[in-house]
Amino acid sequence: MESGVFFSDYRNDAALRKMPLQKIRIGLFVLAVVIFPFFASPFLLNLANQIAIATVGALGLNLLVGYTGQISLGQGAFMAVGAYAAGIFTVRFGLPFYLSIPLASLMAAAIGLLFGLPSLRLKGLYLAIATLAAQQIVEWIITHWTGLTGGTEALVVPAPELFGVRLNRDFNFYWIGVTVAGLSALFVANLVRSRVGRAFVAIRDQDIAASAIGVNVFQYKLLAFATSSFLVGLSGALIANYRTIVTWERFTIETSILYLAMIIIGGLGSVSGSFFGAVLITLLPAVINTIGRNFQDSAPAIAAILPFVQQATFGLIIILFLILEPEGLAKLWRNVKDYFRVWPFSY
Amino acid sequence: MSAPPVILDVRNLELRFGGVKALSGVSMDVRRGEIFAIIGPNGAGKTSLLNSISGLYRPQVGEIAFTWPDQPAVSLLSRKPHQIAALGIARSFQNIELFRHMTVLENLMLGRHVHMRGNVLSCGLYWGRQQREEMKHREAVEDVIDFLEIESLRSKPVGTLAYGLQKRVELARALAIEPKLLLLDEPMAGMNVEEKEDMARFILDINEERGITTVLIEHDMGVVMDLSDRVAVLDFGKAIALGTPDAVKRDPDVVHAYLGEQHGELEAPGASE
Repeated sequence: MESGVFFSDYRNDAALRKMPLQKIRIGLFVLAVVIFPFFASPFLLNLANQIAIATVGALGLNLLVGYTGQISLGQGAFMAVGAYAAGIFTVRFGLPFYLSIPLASLMAAAIGLLFGLPSLRLKGLYLAIATLAAQQIVEWIITHWTGLTGGTEALVVPAPELFGVRLNRDFNFYWIGVTVAGLSALFVANLVRSRVGRAFVAIRDQDIAASAIGVNVFQYKLLAFATSSFLVGLSGALIANYRTIVTWERFTIETSILYLAMIIIGGLGSVSGSFFGAVLITLLPAVINTIGRNFQDSAPAIAAILPFVQQATFGLIIILFLILEPEGLAKLWRNVKDYFRVWPFSY
Repeated sequence: MSAPPVILDVRNLELRFGGVKALSGVSMDVRRGEIFAIIGPNGAGKTSLLNSISGLYRPQVGEIAFTWPDQPAVSLLSRKPHQIAALGIARSFQNIELFRHMTVLENLMLGRHVHMRGNVLSCGLYWGRQQREEMKHREAVEDVIDFLEIESLRSKPVGTLAYGLQKRVELARALAIEPKLLLLDEPMAGMNVEEKEDMARFILDINEERGITTVLIEHDMGVVMDLSDRVAVLDFGKAIALGTPDAVKRDPDVVHAYLGEQHGELEAPGASE
């Protein structure tokens, strides 16, 4: 598939999709994404929207954990900042969604920057504990600053509207979600193939060598925290506008861990891996639920235990992935592609 | 011909780790355009000295000044490693410190980091000016790739390369900075004779064709004597000799440090370690 393709300039050689086949593949994918909502049921559309939002969040976390190597347990907190900020900007200041969402993302970036400060001194598990503190602090503030956030009560956000069209309907939101997810993926892919992203990966692989080669390690760690939190906050802000109800239960430590699972299963340091992980983690509970409903009449006993099995299945899949393919779904996909690279020849 | 100007001036350097003195009162000067070797028995403080120059260690006493013609002298002691790299001081490490998961090309592009301007927004958009910047520096990197003859490795992840090639890629990454001063920490450690000869040729080429001042630590006496213009000898954190290879070879203190008491001239270079 690759033979006979040569590049005569660096621009083509550095392109994201170089081979004709790759261009066809991405074209087909975009086509499928565009025609999907016209055939999908509301249930599937809802899932697609969840996947789009989760993809944005997973891309953000992957930038920080997968590319820069800074473990974070604060994902839920940064999403919460995005969601609550978007809600509060709309409710209190009457800002339209197209202003409140970017502002909320910037807010999340600022908070992410703040909680990235310990990364100056802390690495690995120690940093993870420091970000866990971020999670707890943000949760505490949200549940206790009742005047601003509504505390443990839900914060109700007016539905986003544009020219009288309610955008939080599944079909309408789909276009927003998919566009934002696509642009985020493009943003991260561009970032990691150029100066800033290379510095991120350098810090992950060898931080001392990175500083000796001229990378300001601390500055770039903070930059990674801010950029990552921007995307994570963006996904939180999307949730607020899609669900129109913001509750703190949605952004607990469990969310943080779920997103870590997403990028580990999907593939650390991989843009497509973020998407694959978001797809798997979103679809898995839905699939298990659907199976449960089918058993409802024929085997109620099985259906009754399914909610518990769901958790166990979840855990089992994560363990299996870590054992069988530590590099995640992105690696599996790469294996498939590698197999077909010279197909039908053996080498 | 007058002696070239001194560009790196190390004065009375003292580096302590707790109660252990890694360096005590080390002084030396490196002149522009020369190949300067630092030798000494294991644990003499060679790498500590190099780490102090590149900002990874903070000596408690002394001064390291970097001077470039027509520019004011700068003290390296108050500067962070990334600032020192930006001054044009590049280095390689004794145990290869490459970015293992990146390709050779990406590793070398990191060498261009200090020369590039791209920020989060411009890199995320990768459009216009940013794309042109990437391509421009890609050309500079390709120059280095040609120079060190690693064309075929360009898109290989460095973690998969053989040891000797990794050493060469690390040299290439340091070269991509376009350094004024190149610090090499045992560039030939663990290599076979053929690889050593290649590496020696590259170091000479870098020095002669690109005019880059080089400071290297090396254990292979044959290599040191052949390559270097001047040699400094460290022993137990002290500089015991400094001069041309021939002079250093005959210095009684050096012979004593390497061979102990009651020996004649340092013979059979290379066998001493």
